[in-house]
Amino acid sequence: MPSALINVPKKAKRGDVIEIKTLMSHIMETGYRHTASGSVVPRDIITSFTCRFNGTELFRADLFPAIAANPFFTFFTTVTESGKFEFEWIGDKGFSETAQASITVE
Amino acid sequence: MRITACIALLTAMAGAALAAEIPLDQRRSGYSFMSADTKAMQDEDTANPGMLSVLDGETLWKRKAGSADKACADCHNDARVSMKGVAAHYPAFEKALGKPVDLEARINLCRTNHQQASPFAYESRELLALTAYIAEQSRGVPIEPGDDPELAPFVEKGHALFMQRQGQLNLACANCHDDNWDKKLAGSAITQGQPTGYPLYRLEWQALGSLQRRLRACITGIRAQAYDYGSPELVELELYLMSRARGMPVETPAVRP
Amino acid sequence: MANSEHTRRTFFGLTGGAAAMVIVRPANATPAMLQAAIRNVVGEANVRTGKVKLDIPPLVENGNTVPMTVSVTSPMTADEYVKSIHVFNEKNPQPNIGNFYLGPRAGRAQVSTRIRLADSQKVTAIARLSDDTFWSATADVVVTLAACTEEAI
Repeated sequence: MPSALINVPKKAKRGDVIEIKTLMSHIMETGYRHTASGSVVPRDIITSFTCRFNGTELFRADLFPAIAANPFFTFFTTVTESGKFEFEWIGDKGFSETAQASITVE
Repeated sequence: MRITACIALLTAMAGAALAAEIPLDQRRSGYSFMSADTKAMQDEDTANPGMLSVLDGETLWKRKAGSADKACADCHNDARVSMKGVAAHYPAFEKALGKPVDLEARINLCRTNHQQASPFAYESRELLALTAYIAEQSRGVPIEPGDDPELAPFVEKGHALFMQRQGQLNLACANCHDDNWDKKLAGSAITQGQPTGYPLYRLEWQALGSLQRRLRACITGIRAQAYDYGSPELVELELYLMSRARGMPVETPAVRP
Repeated sequence: MANSEHTRRTFFGLTGGAAAMVIVRPANATPAMLQAAIRNVVGEANVRTGKVKLDIPPLVENGNTVPMTVSVTSPMTADEYVKSIHVFNEKNPQPNIGNFYLGPRAGRAQVSTRIRLADSQKVTAIARLSDDTFWSATADVVVTLAACTEEAI
């Protein structure tokens, strides 16, 4: 039951540059830790994050174990039309989550 | 090298005379000791990873559980109304048990008695999430531990534990958090140990954790044997700390280094 | 310094009777690994200093969660924009931190995230512009450890 927090303005003017913030719950286990008995805790990270607007990719990130737990990203985009942002996180052990947010452009 | 310096400083502290309780107008949340960057994480909900647990807690609040097939919401309705200010009064006296219980234990009592479900384990994702969700409804509400006369002896026990030297470093909580909170230890601020934001997201943990977890970590830090989760000592310490922080606003879910 | 920190961590790990997890610090990334990781992104191109701004606190309270912002001076038009930003570190077990792919529609070439730094070290951000030139900025970060650190439970 992973949770995500998305911050996208609900409304903007055409041509505005808006800031998007996303926070996804994930342990981001590095694969470099050991248990007391010496066995390696297997890597379990999000490896990819993508933001699309009306189907077109706006922003993408490759994540490595050096990204902190509960990955947080902020980035920008120029809004040209009303529509839907889609966010996708993909990772180890079949991790795959999506979220959406809509914006009205006036 | 560092460890030597650390122990030397701690030993110096141990020699200092114990001061009185921190006056009301000098009480400071751990927030005020943090860097601007860490403050920013707490200040904005979308940037605060503790809010992810609050979201989880909201889901759990509405989910039916146990053989009674009841959700928290079935009895308590909208938490934003029914739970407002509740966390500011915990730990509270539980008549049936004849002792104080903290918010986590209260949630588990509700689960066993009313939902007829198994209690959540201490520090489990679920228990932290529900506690965070309930406590978040008290954000900004001043901490006001109950003036129930039956609580008084337990506050006193907590106070005694707070003042009692223990562990290989022979330190009491008060040696750092009453007497030296304006100083630093190995580069980190020594705070007053005001429990205003629990459960909170600690960068060290990279996760949400309870006040009991923090107390156990601190006790381990002075090289003493930590009390078990749910032990009377930890609840008494929680109770004393909340009474010591009375009047300070709840910050749950706080962020701390 | 790195050595004494290692000792300290080990000390805590051995004495913390309740700790189920001890941190065994793996070997740091080597300068060769860092160079290889950078070459992997820039190929044979020359990387120049400038245009990139790397905002990261010089002194952080905990290396587990370090806020970082990279911004690049660019008009962000259809003809002149930032294609990608790549962030590397010197002393984590792995030299890569993250790759961020932008485009002209971003409007503003700026990305923020939170990273992990295993030790005090240099962090380098490299931007690839639309003309396939590479620009970089480097920052030094000092990581302090909490006084009464706790091993994972």
